[in-house]
Amino acid sequence: MSSLSREDVAHLAGLARIDLSDAELDKMVGELAVILESVAKVQQAPIADVAPMSHPMPLTNVTRPDVVRPGLTPDEALSGAPEQELGRFAVPRILDED
Amino acid sequence: MAVTSAADRVLDYDEAVAKFDPVMGLEVHVELHTATKMFCGCPTTFGAEPNSQVCPVCLGLPGALPVVNEKAVESAVRIGLALNCEIAEWCRFARKNYFYPDMPKNFQTSQYDEPIAFNGYLDVEVEDGSGGTEIFRVEIERAHMEEDTGKSLHVGGSTGRIHGAEYSLVDYNRAGIPLIEIVTKPIVGAGERAPEVAKAYVSALRDLLRALDVSDVKMEQGSMRCDANVSLRVRAGDDPRGDAQLAVPFGTRTETKNVNSLRSVERAVRYEMSRQAAILDEGGTILQETRHWHEDTGMTTSGRVKSDADDYRYFPEPDLVPVAPTRETVDELRGTLPEPPGLRRKRLQSEWGFSDLEMRDVVNARAVELIEETVAAGAGAAAAKKWWLGEPSRRANAEGQDLVSYAAGLGFAPAHVAELDRLVTSGRLNDSMARQVLDGVLAGEGTPTEVADARGLELVQDDSALEAAVDRVIDANPDIAEKIRGGKVQAAGALIGQVMKEMKGQADAGKVRALILARLS
Repeated sequence: MSSLSREDVAHLAGLARIDLSDAELDKMVGELAVILESVAKVQQAPIADVAPMSHPMPLTNVTRPDVVRPGLTPDEALSGAPEQELGRFAVPRILDED
Repeated sequence: MAVTSAADRVLDYDEAVAKFDPVMGLEVHVELHTATKMFCGCPTTFGAEPNSQVCPVCLGLPGALPVVNEKAVESAVRIGLALNCEIAEWCRFARKNYFYPDMPKNFQTSQYDEPIAFNGYLDVEVEDGSGGTEIFRVEIERAHMEEDTGKSLHVGGSTGRIHGAEYSLVDYNRAGIPLIEIVTKPIVGAGERAPEVAKAYVSALRDLLRALDVSDVKMEQGSMRCDANVSLRVRAGDDPRGDAQLAVPFGTRTETKNVNSLRSVERAVRYEMSRQAAILDEGGTILQETRHWHEDTGMTTSGRVKSDADDYRYFPEPDLVPVAPTRETVDELRGTLPEPPGLRRKRLQSEWGFSDLEMRDVVNARAVELIEETVAAGAGAAAAKKWWLGEPSRRANAEGQDLVSYAAGLGFAPAHVAELDRLVTSGRLNDSMARQVLDGVLAGEGTPTEVADARGLELVQDDSALEAAVDRVIDANPDIAEKIRGGKVQAAGALIGQVMKEMKGQADAGKVRALILARLS
């Protein structure tokens, strides 16, 4: 497994909307490298005869009928919002995207 | 939000297609009109009070677990089958991770490398350049299931609220509404007709989805949206479908978002071809990016540089088990497919005896269903066409509405047109009276019979009044009467006009003529 570069970490931080200072970036590169190394041990498992699995239960087609069920009222939905206006969640605007 | 810069240079369209060959990829998102959302039981009604159709699942609250809407899967399979796709025997949902406030979960539940439907095609009709039409086959890459996002209302800093900071207000009623994304394979070989093919494809897809009754397909309300990928490559040979041209590698593409009408699809592709051609013609390179379509200016502007699929960190959705439609289910759903809209039109055209041109007028006026229902209600096809494409069509155009919505808004129904036709064929009304009756019906005065009654419109059936009028007119015009007696039958025209005047137009001119000639023979 190739090691994580400073650019990789900066890119990931950008995707996760986490603002990291230069010092924090340097620190994260080191810490994440250790974590990656530990997790990489999984790749040593003998899996040649094991089929890939994303779900532990052998279930398919778990569906529900298309019938309306009661949800939350607008007040309930907004009760945990730090800011609200006009019955909507008020959030910081993210620039440069639409 | 991209800042609209000074207009980009564009190359004249004819010059652009003389030098470059376009390749398109069209992505259409369609909202299903299921009663509930994709993964929860919240209703999907358009225009409801903000955040009144939400629950812990679609708000992404901790611990909430999604369950797939059975009807949405059925609709996805039916769409796939109607697009001549293979249906996956087993497929999973995937998380598409991105941080943006329109998705409270911080991921969109979608499908990644295992779409429910793949490898299909849709045949669309385009003009062949010599007055006729030909079929252009658009290959379908995939159709997959996902969920819509919430709606953001951006509040500008100029309003001065919250210390002048810009912020957004989010309504999650739309978050989680079932979406099907339909993606074409690269569309090659369209050449200069690329914009027309794009429009014809979206139009044919809309007709198909409407016939399947899986979506409202209202582009103006956003229940059907199109993203247009366009790239150019140099021209090679005269035939856009020739081997020489097909051998040229694709150019860099842009993706134009926010294209929400059929006309815009055509305009956006055309604009993007001209813009890219201008850059390439000067030896420049195309930046792979998202571009925004502006309906008002008819231009696209630069948006964000497109994320790589890697950036979305797709992985199989652990909270949903795979979807595995049995072959029996698929066959059953195949049995529910409607007649394909293109074939249906051909059948109706032949049943109605319309020419290609007449049928195209009918289709363009969106009158196919209206005429079909009018004929079913007892009218002749020609009469149904004449009435629908006349005054109602003109008025709908003047109001900027399509005929179907316009008529529905007035409560003007196929049954009314059939009734109007009956009043004419039964001899109660002549053509000009029928037009007056139609005016009254469109003005909301009642059914055709009610309007005719209220306005006293009726061809005179009692011959005694008509015969008396004929006699009066003959007596008043002895010279003309003498000519007719002498064999100059064409002189009767002058008398017919006077009789019609006496009868205030409420007489059948043919009958008047017959009466005059009988009297003077």
